[in-house]
Amino acid sequence: MAITIQRSKSVRALLGLGVVGAIIVAGVPAVSAAAVTVGSVCPKLGAASKAGTIAVVCKDGGAQNVWTDKKVYPVSIQANAVVGGKNSAQAQWLAQYVIPNFTLEEAAKGKQVDVNFISSGADDASYKSQLALDLGAKKGPDVVNIDGFWVSEFADAGYIKPLNDVVGAKAVAAWSGWKQIPATINQVMTYNNKLYGVPAGTDGRIIYFNKTLFAKAGLPTNWQPTSWADILTTAATLKTKLPDVTPFQLNAGKDMGEATAMQGFLNFIAGTGSLIYDNKTGKWLGNTKSVRDMLNFYNDVYNVKKVGNTDWQAMAGGTGRDASFSAFANGKLAMMIEGDYEWRSVINPLTGNFKMADRDTAVGFAKIPSQTAGSGVNKQNFVSYSGGSGYIVNANSPQKGTAWELVQFLNDKGPLTASMAIGGSIRISNRTDVNNVTLATDPCLKFVFTQAIPNTFFRPANSHYNAVSTLLQQATTDVVNGGMTAAAAAAKYETALAAEVGAGNISSN
Amino acid sequence: MTSQVKSGSRAAKPGNSVLGRLSAISFMTPASIFIGVFLFIPAVWTLYLGFTNYKLTGITAAHPKIVGFANFQKALHDPQFISSFKLTLLYVLFSAILGQAILGFLLAWVLSTVKPRIRSMVELIVICAWIVPGSIVTFLWVAFLNYDNGTLNRLTGQHIFWLLHDPFLSIVVFNTWRGTAFSMLLFSAAITSIPKSHLEVARVAGATKMQQLRQIVLPSARSFIFTNLLLITLWTFNDFGPFLLTGGGPGGKTELLPIFVYNKALKYLDFSYGSAIAAIMLLMNLVLALIVIRAGRKNK
Amino acid sequence: MAILKRQKTKMIQEKTAVEKGFTGLFLALCVAFFALPLVWLFIAPWDGQPNYSIKWPSWTLTNFAEISKNPYAYKSLVNSAIFSAGSGIAVILVGAPASYVLSRVKFKGRDSFLYTLLLFSSIVTGSAAMVPLYLLALRLNILDTYQGVILILTGGLIPTAIFILKDFTDSLPRSYEESAQIFGASSFRILKDIVAPIIRPGLAVIFVWSFVQAWGNFLVPFILIRDINKQPGAVMMYSFYSDGGQPVIRQVAAFSLLYAIPVMGMYFYVNKKYGFRFYGGIKG
Repeated sequence: MAITIQRSKSVRALLGLGVVGAIIVAGVPAVSAAAVTVGSVCPKLGAASKAGTIAVVCKDGGAQNVWTDKKVYPVSIQANAVVGGKNSAQAQWLAQYVIPNFTLEEAAKGKQVDVNFISSGADDASYKSQLALDLGAKKGPDVVNIDGFWVSEFADAGYIKPLNDVVGAKAVAAWSGWKQIPATINQVMTYNNKLYGVPAGTDGRIIYFNKTLFAKAGLPTNWQPTSWADILTTAATLKTKLPDVTPFQLNAGKDMGEATAMQGFLNFIAGTGSLIYDNKTGKWLGNTKSVRDMLNFYNDVYNVKKVGNTDWQAMAGGTGRDASFSAFANGKLAMMIEGDYEWRSVINPLTGNFKMADRDTAVGFAKIPSQTAGSGVNKQNFVSYSGGSGYIVNANSPQKGTAWELVQFLNDKGPLTASMAIGGSIRISNRTDVNNVTLATDPCLKFVFTQAIPNTFFRPANSHYNAVSTLLQQATTDVVNGGMTAAAAAAKYETALAAEVGAGNISSN
Repeated sequence: MTSQVKSGSRAAKPGNSVLGRLSAISFMTPASIFIGVFLFIPAVWTLYLGFTNYKLTGITAAHPKIVGFANFQKALHDPQFISSFKLTLLYVLFSAILGQAILGFLLAWVLSTVKPRIRSMVELIVICAWIVPGSIVTFLWVAFLNYDNGTLNRLTGQHIFWLLHDPFLSIVVFNTWRGTAFSMLLFSAAITSIPKSHLEVARVAGATKMQQLRQIVLPSARSFIFTNLLLITLWTFNDFGPFLLTGGGPGGKTELLPIFVYNKALKYLDFSYGSAIAAIMLLMNLVLALIVIRAGRKNK
Repeated sequence: MAILKRQKTKMIQEKTAVEKGFTGLFLALCVAFFALPLVWLFIAPWDGQPNYSIKWPSWTLTNFAEISKNPYAYKSLVNSAIFSAGSGIAVILVGAPASYVLSRVKFKGRDSFLYTLLLFSSIVTGSAAMVPLYLLALRLNILDTYQGVILILTGGLIPTAIFILKDFTDSLPRSYEESAQIFGASSFRILKDIVAPIIRPGLAVIFVWSFVQAWGNFLVPFILIRDINKQPGAVMMYSFYSDGGQPVIRQVAAFSLLYAIPVMGMYFYVNKKYGFRFYGGIKG
């Protein structure tokens, strides 16, 4: 009973052709046309469609199942995403687009799959411990979405294995998608030169500034600092010209958590020409000139030039970061360093938590400068830091083959393009062919992709990183709110660092 | 209802059981199984982790080793632990003993003299603060203490970052708000169990309120006070509530021991260190209990 | 009862005006202190753009409409009810007979034993016990089940329940049981027909307390449950956060009210029906 059908964007055309099964997802373009053989998928898809707004067009729904292989392949996928809550767009995409379309595509190959989406909406630390428990117990989903930042710890614990080991080097190499993924982005899921999964995309850090406020202060609206001193001078000008505006937000302190690292000190350490961890020597940066210079910059911002708001940095549980977002959205903050997440989510005039009505006209972007021109790592003039998540195949999955097929499907051009169409959730994806199309119309993401990411770094893939980051966060607290000098804070940091990683694994000068 | 309460002073006599041996065993069996499986095993297991270097991720997750007292030594040299430890004791003193117990007692005392309608209304509000789930309470207190137009700032006409500038005071007041209901209820029971005639006689004899309190109420309520202090010190010592309000910040100024454990265990997945701290907390609870018991005996 | 009432009235009449003034002032301050933080819960959900301040709401249902779009929100409250009622009932069924025995049979070290249980409960309800609890549930094959969460929660609640219930039972005169025994009633009958009805308010207190503890518990269901269709409201609360970790206040405000009402309602009901009062206190 298997028949050959043509899937195209027009559902009517499909109906006209007398198609057995086709799917319409509201607002999502159908998968690119392909000639596929479809078994009687309707009964199966009927169940899948309950989850969302999918209409299964089925001419003879009661048709007999004619699978070439009678076996059902169950495969589960877990992500920290939930429809109507956290990462809703991703959850919607997985439940309403990926599951039915993947089922259909597999059916076309004569394979009946049963995809189960394990959804959750917890804070990331809790999700991580949940996953670690499951993977440690040799359970857990077949495909799992994890932060690239956890790869080293999970790999060291034996919870995840390199992709080649899990599904076989041949199967990995056979995927056509690799040539679209730049090597930089693969770093998200790489540890010890081994790739553990397919990166789902990345992000980057830039300086956002309010062009309206800059114009009021007589500053250029196409501003691009080329040194730390430039940032301080501009901030000082803003401070004199616009006394009721906070000139600059640089995330600082332990209470900001990892935001202090990603949007803060990591960039400034890189701007001095060093990285926090040297992959070649295996040494962590101790009480060095780089660390002291970085801490001195914090001191300049908050204590010498006083161009930041020290209260925000100390507010509990990261509520200070919210305060800075709110101030920026309301034109009370002139410059801040943040990830592209701020633009696409936080101050998004339609969906943001701190809607900025004039976002599209008022917000300007600038790269984060090195300490002075060319002083950065690799003699770079500008720096940025990136992160991202990816999909891995569970090494203990009984369905590794199907799981790998699902991971490939998630990262194929069609499904990825479709994910960007849900709820205006355009992000920097892993694929160049997708980015070329989807980022073209978004000035900020285009800027991050073309200007920041070429200069970007990733956090060290090392299971000590978390602890080291906390120590540096503490050092910024000591300088910004604790009245310590940069030198004293750096010395204190090194003592604590030695206890954490061992005195032999530290470089200092 | 009052009749049974009065006879509350008649404690169970030892060695004169109305229970047969067999019934006693059968009544205890379900609880023993529960306690064995769902209390004893996980508790001992947790204490055991404190003697290993187990983390949930990283190399030591795959190959944990027994490290003896290393985690305990680490704790004693960890300035954040020391400060958390002191902070927790102060938190117990101020929010449980001075806050909850005294306010709870005053409320119970005053409420015993007012119309039942007023009494149940006030009790209802106090109890609401006690039973609302913690995740909601976070938002209630963030809104209450908020800098911009928070309720407290609005009412007092001030502009204060409470959680930033007075973080410890904030969580003490917060925990007093949260937990007073229990003390109030327990002390209400204590006051109801005092025969009214005793107070009447004292009043006729011209005793002041203070004298009534010292000579009649406090001695009769002794066992209630003991139960109350034992439970609220234990609960407050292990109270995670302020985490939802401050996350332990700013700069660790509200990082009570349970929050310290949470940050180590859940944030950094360092379960061995977290478990060692939990063991230290257990010892500390024991010491506190002994102090309470001793104080109870002294005042006998 | 009548005599008591008369005495009370007399007491109130005898109060001086100054005393009345102080009483009134004290109670007014207490009401303000306990009620003010609660106001947000009842006001914010009805505002179209709620924030962390108390303002006259715009009286709209849009926040609730937004919650309704979340396919798991209402289901999570049903799950909370299952976990909480299950734990409450289990605590009573397991804890009441044990506390009766511990009240009536005195053995050496009984009080120390009870206190040790309390200490252990403080360990297993803390975050450090997460891994052992997970592995325990894994071995018992109760991961991702309602009963798993109920059993683990009950284990942590039982010591306090026994501790408080024993206090209640201690204050109960033995004469009732003794006479029943003379008439040949079995121990079980005595517990069920004589002790339980008299300590009913105590059972009510423990049931409410256990219910409330389970209702607010995040960690246990979070580490044991994977199927989001079985997650309770405590876990659901954390899904109303954006991907950057900021709460979406519109959703949080509306869901908070929905999440708080059942537990308050349960208290009202139990208080009305069984009374919510403590007796007892450790004798020693």
